[in-house]
Parts: sequence; structure tokens; C-alpha cells
Amino acid sequence: MRSATQRLELKPERLDVGEFSRQPLSIAGRSFVADVSGALYWPAEDALIVADLHLEKGSSFASRGILLPPYDTAATLERLAATLDAYSASTVICLGDSFHDVGAADRMSVRDRETLGILQEDRTWIWLNGNHDPKIASCFGGRVLSEITVSGITFRHEPTASPVTHEVAAHLHPAARVSFHGHVIRRPCFVANGNRLVMPAFGTYAGGLNVLDDAFAPLFGNDGLSVLVMGQEGLYPIAARLLKED
Amino acid sequence: MRGVREKAKRVSADPRRRAARRPADEAASPRAVEAALPAPFDAWFARRGWSPRAHQLALLAKAEERRSTLLVAPTGAGKTLAGFLPTLVALEKQPRRRSNDAGSGLHTLYISPLKALAEDIARNLVAPITEMGLRVSIETRSGDTSVARRARQRARPPHILLTTPEQIALMLASPDASYVFGSLDTIILDELHALAPSKRGDLLSLGLARLHTLSPGLMTIGLSATVARPSELLSYLMPQTQPDDRRTMADLVVARGGAAPVIEILEIEEPVPWGGHSARYAMHEIYRAIAAHRTTLVFVNTRMQAELVFQELWKLNEASLPIALHHGSLDKTRRQKVEQAMTEGRLRAVVATSTLDLGIDWGDVDLVVNVGAPKGASRLTQRIGRANHRLDDPSTALLVPANRFEVLECRAALDAAKAGEQDTTISRSGALDVLAQHVMGTACNGPFDPDALYREVRAATPYAGLTRNRFDRVVDFVSTGGYALKAYERFARLRPTEDGKLRLSHPSLARQYRMNAGTIVEAPMIKVRLVGRRRSRKPGAPRPLVGGRVLGEVEEYFVEQLSPGMTFVFAGEVLRFEGMEETEAYVTRAPGADAMIPSYAGGKFPLSTHLARRVRAMLADPKQWSGLPTPVAEWLTLQQRVSQLPGVDDVLIETFPRRGRHFMLIYPFEGRLAHQTLGMLLTRRLERAGARPLGFVANDYGLAVWALGDLGQHIADGTLDLADLFAQDMLGDDLESWLAESALMRRTFRTVAVIAGLIERRHPGLEKSGRQITFSTDLIYNVLRRHDPGHILLEAAWEDAATGLLDIVRLGQFLARIRGRIRHQPLVSVSPLSVPILLEIGIEPVGGVTREDILRDAAAELIADATRAGNGEAT
Repeated sequence: MRSATQRLELKPERLDVGEFSRQPLSIAGRSFVADVSGALYWPAEDALIVADLHLEKGSSFASRGILLPPYDTAATLERLAATLDAYSASTVICLGDSFHDVGAADRMSVRDRETLGILQEDRTWIWLNGNHDPKIASCFGGRVLSEITVSGITFRHEPTASPVTHEVAAHLHPAARVSFHGHVIRRPCFVANGNRLVMPAFGTYAGGLNVLDDAFAPLFGNDGLSVLVMGQEGLYPIAARLLKED
Repeated sequence: MRGVREKAKRVSADPRRRAARRPADEAASPRAVEAALPAPFDAWFARRGWSPRAHQLALLAKAEERRSTLLVAPTGAGKTLAGFLPTLVALEKQPRRRSNDAGSGLHTLYISPLKALAEDIARNLVAPITEMGLRVSIETRSGDTSVARRARQRARPPHILLTTPEQIALMLASPDASYVFGSLDTIILDELHALAPSKRGDLLSLGLARLHTLSPGLMTIGLSATVARPSELLSYLMPQTQPDDRRTMADLVVARGGAAPVIEILEIEEPVPWGGHSARYAMHEIYRAIAAHRTTLVFVNTRMQAELVFQELWKLNEASLPIALHHGSLDKTRRQKVEQAMTEGRLRAVVATSTLDLGIDWGDVDLVVNVGAPKGASRLTQRIGRANHRLDDPSTALLVPANRFEVLECRAALDAAKAGEQDTTISRSGALDVLAQHVMGTACNGPFDPDALYREVRAATPYAGLTRNRFDRVVDFVSTGGYALKAYERFARLRPTEDGKLRLSHPSLARQYRMNAGTIVEAPMIKVRLVGRRRSRKPGAPRPLVGGRVLGEVEEYFVEQLSPGMTFVFAGEVLRFEGMEETEAYVTRAPGADAMIPSYAGGKFPLSTHLARRVRAMLADPKQWSGLPTPVAEWLTLQQRVSQLPGVDDVLIETFPRRGRHFMLIYPFEGRLAHQTLGMLLTRRLERAGARPLGFVANDYGLAVWALGDLGQHIADGTLDLADLFAQDMLGDDLESWLAESALMRRTFRTVAVIAGLIERRHPGLEKSGRQITFSTDLIYNVLRRHDPGHILLEAAWEDAATGLLDIVRLGQFLARIRGRIRHQPLVSVSPLSVPILLEIGIEPVGGVTREDILRDAAAELIADATRAGNGEAT
């Protein structure tokens, strides 16, 4: 595996000052910014991209007798609002599985709907379909598409299962298990190789799939992958040799 | 014993002497109740050349009067037979026609903490029943019992059913519970001292309350080893119906103690080491003692110690004495083999952890060796009780302190045993997660009236103080999740009926309950499999690993810190970690290698409050040192000269520089758990005070914090105020904010969430194969903390942590005790007393590092790699 740093185009001198909350990320020559919240910002297009919100996952479980705390939708929207405040992007692209199931519209509270409406004001809002939300109710506003290509970069929910380039996808909920000095930490992460990116899930109740899982192998082939691990305060580029399987 | 006794100082004590004076025992004159024993029983005793023991007859007399009773007896006193005698007699006296009719209903329920114990007892009961020609049916029931058999047990119950608390909960949750238990006459609770003070005990207490409702007039018999406060267990056995704080108590029968045990502290010419826990210095003596006895139990406090001691003994084992190893991580079949060999008398010694503290009786043990400090007077008594189950021979025990502090502790434990003292336990208030599970189980049985259930729950001793408000919140949790945001009314699991009861909203919830019942939530365990390397066909080619047998299981977090090539001790040998293969850790043998991983924490007990006080008193009083080994007395004298001695009611704090770091040593003697919590909180406070702390270690006696800042100087110039540093308010905000990041609190919450039924258990074998998106309870915990901080499960998790792993109660008492009594001693260098604690550095994991720091450091690794790559080196 080649050094992960080249592909992430990190500037080591920047890392020393503890400025970890935003990391530059290059995909097929375009410059993006990965944010500690798990969102991706594209300065050239003034677009904010988020993946796998899984809104109303809590109530979906509740309807089956597992009464998870009913705050996940509000919490997800709250974090999304904070990220939008920081970047004030004119376009938002949600990379699919924004709703945990097609019944989410019936279960979402009035208050959460209103919050979502406020976030959508004065900006272009694009929902991409995912496997959890093949249909998205019209009451949620925005444009609904299966995928979209912007300035040569294709955004879609499920990553193409071969080593393609120019793609930003989601679906797999990448997470990294970092083992260092006797401590083990498992956190969501961005996983990329300079040509394509798989985004971490943004949803409060979204779990994570280890980047060393077989599901990632066909995407990145033998080129190796590099990860940006989401801490509480920053995004940390972690060497592949420190990653562990579950 | 001769080899040891020559050099060992002999001190005897009889912890049972006081117990033997109890009036209940005097009343139990055999003659007074002889008539109670029917002819077949008398004949049976006579044929065996036995006579019934006084406490066996006393219990029978109590049963004749239908008095619920606690029998306190040492192991080997015929406790089990005593417990069953009333039932056997009652069944014998029943008209024949009814008693041999299997449909006559369940007469007696026997509940044990261990499934294996229940099965063992069942086997042992068959012999007397057959020999006496009684027509009594006996069956066991556990998770392994076949579905068909379980169904039959419900339709046509045996006279006597032997089972575990979990099975009781499951049976009570089925709709036919009132049929099954309606005719119940007697409940026998075995090893009650071990069961009652735990969440399993809470669950059982709620089950008992239910059984008392289903079968009024039920009689309970508790069997227990010597306990500090029998009153706790006496009230546990009875339904609590008094409107005030007074408790209804069962009667007490105490078996007369046998011969006084002979306890000795090992004292040899070789000086006791400064630190460490392996007791390597004493191995020759332990081995000699084993060789001089028939069968020896070697008790240690941790699994790691067990592994080490076992290895050391075998290094000396020139005579190839059969010495075995037994601890909770070993594979079950391996453990069973050891137990089997022990029962058959084929072993000379077993090195064991607390897994053998209770359970199956092994007759022939004539020596108990306790390596390390006993940690509590009651534990010591219990362990010594494992020796010589024939009551009339004295038990012989040898205490082997592993370091100098432990010498003090062993001495204190011995003095306590001599005085017949037991550690006092704080009375338990029932866990809320267990209550939630019980409420759900009750609903699975059928619609319930909340008012009636509240009354019934309060009849269980641990829940006697439960307020209606808390009960209602638990019911609300079971129904709709109990959230401040009322979002789940339409998904409610309980719905009101027309007559004001609550019923299950969907039958599938009962299945969910059955899959998740019980209070034992295991830390995720990893199987350790011994593999071999197949010989490679081509020289130089990698040799493939070939799977072999499973050696046992270790906690996931232990495996997490291993990387391939690292060595550790497990199952009695040094193993090399080869890697993870799915859910198993593959290891190979690494004979001759030194283990690189020094410790894992499974099964450590903190020093009991009672012993801690004795140790402090001994330290503070040089007159008592004459009884100590010379090197230890000299060590304390040196401490007195160089620094000071900790007092009985104050706390000594030393500061000194060492190798560019500034150390603060604190000696509270409050046990490892409380010290760890204190260490966490102190480092936070020192950080805020600008003292730049780097880490801390804690053991049972004290803790060491080290920092870049000159702590002694800060105290001297007043920038660091010790009274502020140790103020009780650290248990407020500081604790709160530390817990937010604490992995320990997250683990505690997970347990609570599973028991309460918020999330489902992971069932081994049912996990989806292939890729898994791991959904952790951390996510739920984070959301609850932020959006519903008053939620009942957070309250439950907090209470668990406060009484358990954090030992906040004890830390709080300590902080209150030392107010205005902090003595600071600045030093230029290390003090004698600090050495054993400082030696823990490198043995124990260092606390005080946050997850964020670790990620930051890990990222710095990458930068280092990149820099090397930039300089043309290989990464």
C-alpha cells in the first residue's frame, strides 16, 4: 500500500497546529473540504454533501417494539443545521437513505418537519434515492433524483462495485477501528483514494461498517485506501497499518 | 504442612466461635424434635451409621411449624440435605395416593446460582430417595433443557424442581404460571449469600414476591455460608408487608462450628517483595506445602495471578504432582475435567480464582493456600471453609502475601478472623433495569393491575423502599420508553384494559421478552484457539495456520490491545497471538518466551472497607509492628523517619520529584476502584489548576499522580490548595463531565439497556453472517445524555456505576472523612511507602488519557511516516 498522505494531499505542517476540524480532500482533481461533522463541502460549487441521514430510524424500531430514544431525527437535523450555518452552502445534496423507511413521513414530528423546512429555505435541496428511501414523499420538498453529476463528479447512493473514478457515494457507513498504544477506538470515517470517496453516515443512529470489510475491496482494488477518522474535535488521517478488523 | 510450619509463624483463629453462641442453635436440641423424623429416614441414617445433625433437625422443626428459616452453616455441614429434609419428610407423610400422582403439582422449588450445582444436587438427592424408597420425582430445568421436557414440566410438574433464578423469571412470565406454582409449598434458596447481593438476586427477589402471591403460605428455606449481617438475608426470605420501615424476618438456625481453623501467614527468610502480585518468592514454600498435603486449593485473586502461579509451580514440579488450573476464562469442558478429577481425588492441587469460591463440595481438601491478600474477612472465611468438609477436622489455611502492603492486609484479615468479624455490606436497593424486566415479564404472564404490582414489588426486600413515582416511571419506560418527549404513545407495549389493568399490546413482545430475559450480560468474549503451523511444502513459503482446539475465552478488550506476534500467558502456557480469524483469536505455543502482556484485569476485588480500616490502624500504631516480619517493620520504620505514616482518620499526601516528573502520592486505603475514580477526577482538577498532569496509577492502598508541573511547589506557594483539590464537590460537575467520556460508563449503560429491554441481546450464533453494520449502544447513550438527561435508564446506569465500578459511595465517604485532615509531606525523593505503588507503573494501564488524545497521537504517527517518506526512507 502506498503512503496514504499523498492521496489525501495533507500538508503535515498544518496538522501540527491542531487544526483538525476541517481537512482538504481531493477527488479526481477537485478540491473538497471534509468536515468533522461528517459532511463534505465543495467550495467551487458552494455545495454541502451529507450521506445516510436515516431520519426516523428510532421510530422505525419503536414500531417493532424496540423503543429507542425518539430524539434521533431532531439530533441529526440539529447537527445538519450547525454545519449549514458554518458553510452557508447554496446547494445541499443528500446521498440517499435520508429516511430510514418509506413510512418516515407519517412518523416525523411536526417540529422536525418545520426544522427541515427552515433548513431548505433559500437553497437548492437535492434528495438522492437510496435503498431505504426508494420513494421520498413530496411533502419533504427538494428535488428527488437517483443520481446527479456535477462538474464531472457523479454523486450516487451505492458506490459502484469496481474501481471507478469521479464518484462520491455513501451506503456503506465506513468506520475505522484504530489501534494505537494499547487503545482501540472505532469511529466513522471518510474513505477515499484520490479518485473516489465513500462518505461516513451522518445520521445519529447510523452504525458503521469496518473499512477493512470485504465490501470495500472491489471499490478500491489494490490501490489501497486512506481514511480520515472522525473524532469529537477533529478529523484524523490514520495510517493504514493502524487500522484493525472488527 | 510440616515443611511450612517449621518456619511459619502460627496464628489460629476461629471465625465461627461467635456464631456458635447463637440461641437458635441452643434450642435445636436433637431430642426435642426426634419424633419429626419418619421411620424410613431413621432407618436410612442408621444404615449409614450416621445420625442427623442438630441443625438438620432444627430446620425440620421450623418447617413443621411452617416457619421460613435461614440456615447458616459452613461447607461440609450437610447443608443441602438439611434444606431438603423438610420437603422429603412432608412428601413421605402425604397420603401415598396423592404423592405418587405426578399431577399433584410442584411441591418444592430449589434455586441455585449455578446450573451445574443444581444438577449436582439432583444427582446427590437421587441416592437417599431411592435408598429410603420414597416416591418423589425430581427434575432439573435450565436453558439446556429440551423444549419438550420444559413443556412437560409445565403440564405435569415434578415434586421437586431444581433450577436457576433466570428460569424462575421465564416460568413466571408464561401464562400458566399460576397453574404451575399454585400448589408450591417450599422454596429452597442455596448459596443465598452469593446470590442475594446482585442483580440476579434482585430478579429472584421479585420472582419470590410473585410466588408468594401465587401461593400464599409458601415457606422459604435459605442456605448460606457465614455472613456478616444475616438480617439482610432473613428479610430477603420473607415478603415485606409492614407499612413502615420495619422488616419481617425469617427465623435463623446456625450450625455449630466445627474445629477452629488453623490459619498461618507464610513467613520465610526470603524478604517479601516491595511490589508485584505474583508471589514468586514463595513458590518453593507453596510447592512444599502441596507436597505435604493430600489435596490443596491455591486461591488467587485474578486470572493472571492464577496463570502465573500455575506456571511457577510446574517449573518446580519435579515430582510431577497432578496440579491443575481453574478459572473463569478457561474453556468449559476443561474446567469440568478439572472438577471431575478433583471430585475423584486424582489431583494434589488446583490453582483457582473465585470461580471455586462456591459450588460443588469436594471432600478431601486439607489445605487452602491464599496467594495475595484476601481482600476481605468474609472472603477469607469462605475460602478457608473450602478445606475439610468433614466438619470435625480443623481447616488449615496458609496466607501468602505477595508484597509488603499485603503483609499488612493479611495480618489485618487474620486479626479480623480471630475476632470473628465479618465485613459489613451496604444493604442493597433493587436495580431499576431488573425491575423493568420484571414488569415486562409480569405483563407476559397476563394483564396486571399496577397498584397490586406495586404492592407486590415492595414485598421484595431490595425494593421495599421503592417510591411509587419511581415504580410508575419504570412502568412508563416499559410501556412507551419513558422519554420526556412523548412520541411513542401509538407504539406502546402496554395498553390499558377496561378494568384498569395493563396488558401486552402484541403477543410478539412475549417472544422478545423470552429471548432477552436474565441479568447476566457478558462482556463480548473472544474464543482463544490454539493453532499449529503446517509444514510448508516449499522452503521459505509462508506456513499456513491449522486450526486446533479452543483453550477458553478472554474479554474482547484484552484481545484488542494485542497485535500479531505479541505473547501472553493463558490456560497455563505462554502463547503467541497470531491474529483474529472471524470471532476467534488464533494463538500458537511460545514455550520459553517471556509473556509481553503483563496483566489483564478480570476478577479483581477491592479491599473491603473493614479491612482497610484495620490496615490504617496497624500502620499508625508502631506498637503493633512487632508482629510483622522484620523487613516489613523496618520498611515502616524507615517511612516514619523519611516521611510520615498515614493516620487512622486522615490522609497523607507526599510530593517529590523523580526523573523530571513531579509525583503526588495519596494513601487513602479505600480500594482500587475508589482510587481509580479519584485518580480520574484529580487529573482533571490538576489540569485545570495548570499543574499539567500526565497520568496516574492506583492500587488497593493508594494512588500516584505525576505531572510536569512542580506539585510540591504549587502547594507550597498556595497556587494549589489541597483542601480545594480534595473538596467533595469533585463528585459533582467533574464526575459528570468525566463520565461523558468514560468507557466504563458506556459499558455500564449497555448492561442496563440490555437488562431493561431497551435493546436486544446479541445472541451467539444468531448474528448475521457477512458484513455487519455495528449499531452500538454508545449512540443511544450519547443521544440520551444530550436530549433526555433525566431518563430513568441513565439514572439506573449511574446508580450501578456509583455502587459498583466507580465505588463513588466509598470515595464520597473518604472525601468527607478527610475534610480538614489532609497532611502534606514534601519530600526530595521517593518515600519507602510509595515504592509498591510506583512499581504498579508499567503493570497497570495508565489512566487519564482521552480518546481524542489517542487519535491525535495516531495521526501524528502518520505525519512521522510521511516525513520519513519525504526524506527518502521506506514507510
